[in-house]
Amino acid sequence: METTPQFFRHGPSLLVRLVFFIQLSLALMVVDTHFKYLYEARQTIAVALYPIQNLAHLPTAISNLANDFFITQDLADENARFKQQHLIDSGKLQQLSALTIENEHLRNLLEATQKNKSKTILAEIRSIPRDPFNLTVILDKGFQNGAQNGQVIVDHLGVIGQITHAYPWSSEATLITDKDHSIPVQILRNGLRSVASGTGKYKTLELNYMANNVDIQEGDQIVTSGIGGVYPSGLPVALVSKIKRDISSAFAYIICTTIAGVDRNKQVLILSPQLPPENLMDSANIYLEDKESEKNDAH
Amino acid sequence: MTPTNYSKEEITLPAKSWFIILSLLVGLLLNLLPVNESLLILRPDFVALVLLFWGAYQPQRVGMSVAFVMGLLMDVVNSSMFGQHALAYSVMIFIVLLLRRRIHVFGLLKQAPQIGLLLLFAQFIMLLTELLKRSDFPGWHYFLASFTGMLLWPLISLLLKMSHSSKHDPNAL
Repeated sequence: METTPQFFRHGPSLLVRLVFFIQLSLALMVVDTHFKYLYEARQTIAVALYPIQNLAHLPTAISNLANDFFITQDLADENARFKQQHLIDSGKLQQLSALTIENEHLRNLLEATQKNKSKTILAEIRSIPRDPFNLTVILDKGFQNGAQNGQVIVDHLGVIGQITHAYPWSSEATLITDKDHSIPVQILRNGLRSVASGTGKYKTLELNYMANNVDIQEGDQIVTSGIGGVYPSGLPVALVSKIKRDISSAFAYIICTTIAGVDRNKQVLILSPQLPPENLMDSANIYLEDKESEKNDAH
Repeated sequence: MTPTNYSKEEITLPAKSWFIILSLLVGLLLNLLPVNESLLILRPDFVALVLLFWGAYQPQRVGMSVAFVMGLLMDVVNSSMFGQHALAYSVMIFIVLLLRRRIHVFGLLKQAPQIGLLLLFAQFIMLLTELLKRSDFPGWHYFLASFTGMLLWPLISLLLKMSHSSKHDPNAL
């Protein structure tokens, strides 16, 4: 140990240190926004902080447990309600399976590509960052549990967002309302296609490039169109809440409110991205085989 | 308490490193606690508050480098740009290191507005970096967190002061 008290010890002067740290953080910010080199560093820190994130979740987990333990009366009510809901849902499901088969037949007749079934993982929202600038949530499933970048997050009501950073045991999902996020949609009533972009505001989306005389009404439901292949088609996204048709501008100003909400400790589903259809894979394989045989012929 | 008391304390009673680290981790934990939408706006930045306390009372232990590292951690858990919190925290700690003699003169309640201003300044730096990234202005309620942070300062500094002086008092005598 040093003999001089800490009081008298001096490193480089304060101002020098300040300038150094300012330059370092500015450099980090530039690198992080313009190049994607810092992903590993982020991942390492995220793994190191995983225990703390878990610990932060503990009080709510305990209170949930306590609630489960004490509220038995509600449980009976809830059970009855769920039974009813289950009955209704299973009725609908029976219809759905019939419809799915019918749809498959029709698609076969039309020689159209089959709709893909996606795999799902159940996850929970761990925390919502306090930063108002980036609309993200942290989920409790990472790539060790099968979560990947680009997967879609939905809840029982509709689309929430998309995984943007998958860490080993947790992942970061960007909400559809994020300013840099767009989602291909269509209006359920008439099948009109558009793109809904986030506005950066809570639960608010904007429909871009819709002509002034477009057939759209307040209260219309918009669902994913499935174009682009990231979002499966037919997932509810939002309800149209405000339409402003301004003659002076080329496009109508259409604001929608998202259906799915993001609350704490909510169960969500992670949908795996749509795999390329099997026949596409087959055709790719055939193409590769052809190429190989050509090569062999050349030899 | 007089300022001389504190400078003595600095030499004879340095806070244990593990306690400083623990308090910073607890601050991080409080920042991570899942809360609902309205509380989220009001929640102060606990890491910044703890950093400010140690910056003011243990400047040899917690300086700009610790603030910078904590800022990086906050950037990851907050999923913001790498270096954004780090910049804000290191500038904030720089100011508190400059002004700490002055801060010591005041009592806890009178310190609070000054700490509030520092928190506000840190938030302002973060806002500035976001605006440079072409984000929208999030609304004035964004700064409410600094206000609640200011209100919580007396409580937090009292807690930290008590827990580290009670550990050391028997040794000092």
